[in-house]
Formats: sequence, structure tokens, C-alpha cells
Amino acid sequence: MKKNKKKLIADIILIFSVLVISALCYLLVVLNQSEGACAVVTVGNEEYGRYPLNIDKKITINVDYETRNHYNILVIENGKADITEASCPDGICEDHNPISKNGETIVCLPNKVVVKIEGDGNEVDTAA
Amino acid sequence: MINIKKLSFLALLSVAALVFAYVESLFPPLFASVPGIKMGLPNIAIIFTLYKIGAKEAFIVSFIRLIFASLLFGSLLSLAYSFAGALLSLSAMVLLKKLDLFSLAGISVVGGVLHNLGQIIVAICVTNVSEIAYYMIFLAVSGTISGVLIGLTSALLIKRIKLKL
Repeated sequence: MKKNKKKLIADIILIFSVLVISALCYLLVVLNQSEGACAVVTVGNEEYGRYPLNIDKKITINVDYETRNHYNILVIENGKADITEASCPDGICEDHNPISKNGETIVCLPNKVVVKIEGDGNEVDTAA
Repeated sequence: MINIKKLSFLALLSVAALVFAYVESLFPPLFASVPGIKMGLPNIAIIFTLYKIGAKEAFIVSFIRLIFASLLFGSLLSLAYSFAGALLSLSAMVLLKKLDLFSLAGISVVGGVLHNLGQIIVAICVTNVSEIAYYMIFLAVSGTISGVLIGLTSALLIKRIKLKL
């Protein structure tokens, strides 16, 4: 019985520390986040293109692998980038919410497509 | 001689894990922004095997369910992710069981969180995008919650189901 109590305390310490570490990391990320300026698309390890977030655009990203043609459709609208359609089997990238903040990413693992937000959006706004 | 009873139980537990994986795949994603949040139902069958039969057998059940789940309702790429996750998570659970420091809930929490960690590490290796690590914050929380529930469920089953080999 005494051992069970000890284990319960160990459990609580474990769970508590995981949650506290997660919360701290989240705070750290949120505090460092700012609006981004452009969406950088990479396919595999190569850069596919850069698209400014303040210009609405629809981009079809063509990916060739396993001798089949695959695609992801990236839509930039209202300063946000979103993948609206894709040929990948799981569709996780399609479900992902639109992104606009620096460092945010949408990743399509099957197609190896990564959309990443870069640059300081506030600077671009004043320049434009 | 092969222990036929043990063999049958392992087959049964593998199928149970596979069915759990299938049921889990039917649920829509909880948060669209964070891929990979799962209940970890197959872990019930794997923890059950670990406690009732043994560590080696738990690895066998885990890998059988991985291979078949990937072939039936996943892709070959998902096999690589799940493999890393399962290997890391099960190794840690076996180790913690030996150390006898935590109850099943705690062990299952470590298993759940490490499963996500393994997948994130493979995803970072495949895409070269270190920002994916950001998801780990949410996956650690979801892994903890589901880990507690899966651990408590497994503890109940281990207590109630009598298994004679």
C-alpha cells in the first residue's frame, strides 16, 4: 500500500513536469512570434518559390516522385497561406488551419512539401 | 515445443491492437492545426501483452500491428514514423516497468509522449524543417492526457482478465 502511494506521487510529479515544460515552451514560442511577410515553399530539400503574403495568389505546387505527378494547391488570401487541396493520401495538410505568423509551417509529409512563413510582416506593411 | 496457447494469445492480442488502430483511424482529427493527436488505443493491447506475457512478446505484437496497420490503412511512409515512435515508446515502457518507479498510468504517459517524440524526430529528418518540433508542445500534452486514460484502462484489464499460459 505504501509503495502504491509512492508510485502515485511519482506519477503526479511526472505528469506535472511534462505539462509545465510544455506550457513554458508554448509561452516561449508565443512571445517570440510576429506576423510573417512571405510564404516559402520547399519541395524535398529544394526551394520551390517565395510568395509575399500581402498579394492574394493561388499556386499549384507540382511534385514528382515515384514517377507519378502529385500536387498541393497553396492559396494566399487576406495575408494568410493555406493548402486547400492536395493529392496526398492523408490530407493532413488540407486540414491544417491557414498560417501567417513567423516560423509557422504547413507540412505535407507524403509529398515532402513544406510551406513556411518567413520575414517580418510589419516592415513590409510600412514599405508598401 | 511451441506454446500453442501463448501463440494464439499473441495472435489475438495483435489483432486486438490492429482493430484498435482501425477504430482510432475512423475518428476525425481533434485539432486540424496539430496533426498526430491520437488516443493511442492500440497501446492498451501492447501494455496488456507487456504485463501479462512479456517484453519480447510486446515488441512482437507492436510490430505486427504496425506493419499491418500501415499496409491496410496507412502508407509505407507512415510505417517509418510509427516504427520510430513505437520503438522508442515501448523500449521506455519496458525499462520503466523494470525500474518499478511509476504506476501503469505514469508508464503509459511516458509511452504516449515518447511515441509522439519518435514520430516528430523522423518527420524532422525527412523534411529538414526543425519547426515541426513546435507540434511537440501540443503532442506532449495530448500524449499525457491519453496516456493517463490508457494506463488506467490497461490497469483495469490486467487486473480483471485472468490469463493462464
